[in-house]
Amino acid sequence: MRKRRKCASLLGGFALLPMSIAVAAEPAVNALNYPGPAWSPYVVGAGIGMLSWLTFYFSDKPIGASSFYAHIAGFLGKLIAPRHTQSLAYFKDKPPRVSWGFVFVVATIVGGAIAALTGGEFANEWLPPMWEGRFGASIALRAAIGFGGGLLMAFGARLAGGCTSGHGISGTMQLNPASWIAVICLFIGGIAVAIPLFSL
Amino acid sequence: MMDPGKTLQPPTGQPPSPVAAAPKLMAGVLFGLAFGFLLQKGGVGKFNVLIGQLLLQDFTVAKVMLTAIVVGMIGVFTLLHFGKVNLHIKPTRIGANVIGGLLFGAGFALLGYCPGTVAAALGQGSWDALFGMAGLVAGSWIFAGLSGWSKRTVEKWGDFGKVLLPDLLRLPRTAFAIGLAVVLIMIILVLERFTIR
Repeated sequence: MRKRRKCASLLGGFALLPMSIAVAAEPAVNALNYPGPAWSPYVVGAGIGMLSWLTFYFSDKPIGASSFYAHIAGFLGKLIAPRHTQSLAYFKDKPPRVSWGFVFVVATIVGGAIAALTGGEFANEWLPPMWEGRFGASIALRAAIGFGGGLLMAFGARLAGGCTSGHGISGTMQLNPASWIAVICLFIGGIAVAIPLFSL
Repeated sequence: MMDPGKTLQPPTGQPPSPVAAAPKLMAGVLFGLAFGFLLQKGGVGKFNVLIGQLLLQDFTVAKVMLTAIVVGMIGVFTLLHFGKVNLHIKPTRIGANVIGGLLFGAGFALLGYCPGTVAAALGQGSWDALFGMAGLVAGSWIFAGLSGWSKRTVEKWGDFGKVLLPDLLRLPRTAFAIGLAVVLIMIILVLERFTIR
């Protein structure tokens, strides 16, 4: 009963989302009016491909990111409700762990910082300019939509078995049908939501 | 010959320690640094580049991903041929892959970063990445809470297990990989010819 109520309030919150967005939205924006990449996408793509060779060869791991957040959820859950956390099927299969994949994502943050600082691209901003151009200067609105987006994304990633890295790059290159299906659906879902949100 | 998806974990009765061995972690740190560096340089830590892809205005993401797939695939299958690496195949479950992928995409459009690029974005000083990361942790928790249910239902719909596309289509793996590389390179050439960015 309590679970059902929780579920209903969650769904209600998402139903309100498009309304609050419609109220806040300004005229459509064009992504090309904002700064692009520092390096050629082909150089970066080839670099990520070669990095995959190294992670497969030296660490016996494919590149992936989304499980990092599940490990953090598991650690927090163990702190707050240890018995409940241990009873959940997901954490029985994959107990939270400071693993290769965990430090990989932490280091990704640092790698991004090094690249931005050395390239003079450190943003130091709470709102992306393109977001502000569309939805105005409310950080609270950005926080609410961003949190909701992250939540949906993690749920989807866990259900599908990976994210843009784990399925979209590592799985597709291994010719995994699951990954090709997931990445195609990812772009369909993303385009279907982004176009009404930003360019209508 | 190694089976796809076969893991190298030794079958010990003890639960794994909550922290992996130091050399393994060191490698993870080095590769993660490189990954974050490349993502930021590639512009895919930028909100407008990522949303621009979903709006079909900026094709940077597709170019990065397709190049990474072609280069990665050639190397990984070559290494596999010489028995130097294992594949790590996640099970194909059509229901879960489709529904999960669609939900993921919707969330991606709302946040404007994905789970890897949000980390590079945070490093780049795009502090709104923190909201997304909090949401990612919350969403992982909610999924874990429903994982018993999803195992009994969604994950059973169209469950093919751990398979490879060429095996499913009864084609030789090497030929399939070469053919796919050619197709993907042609898509990259078309993108380069017809897109502004």
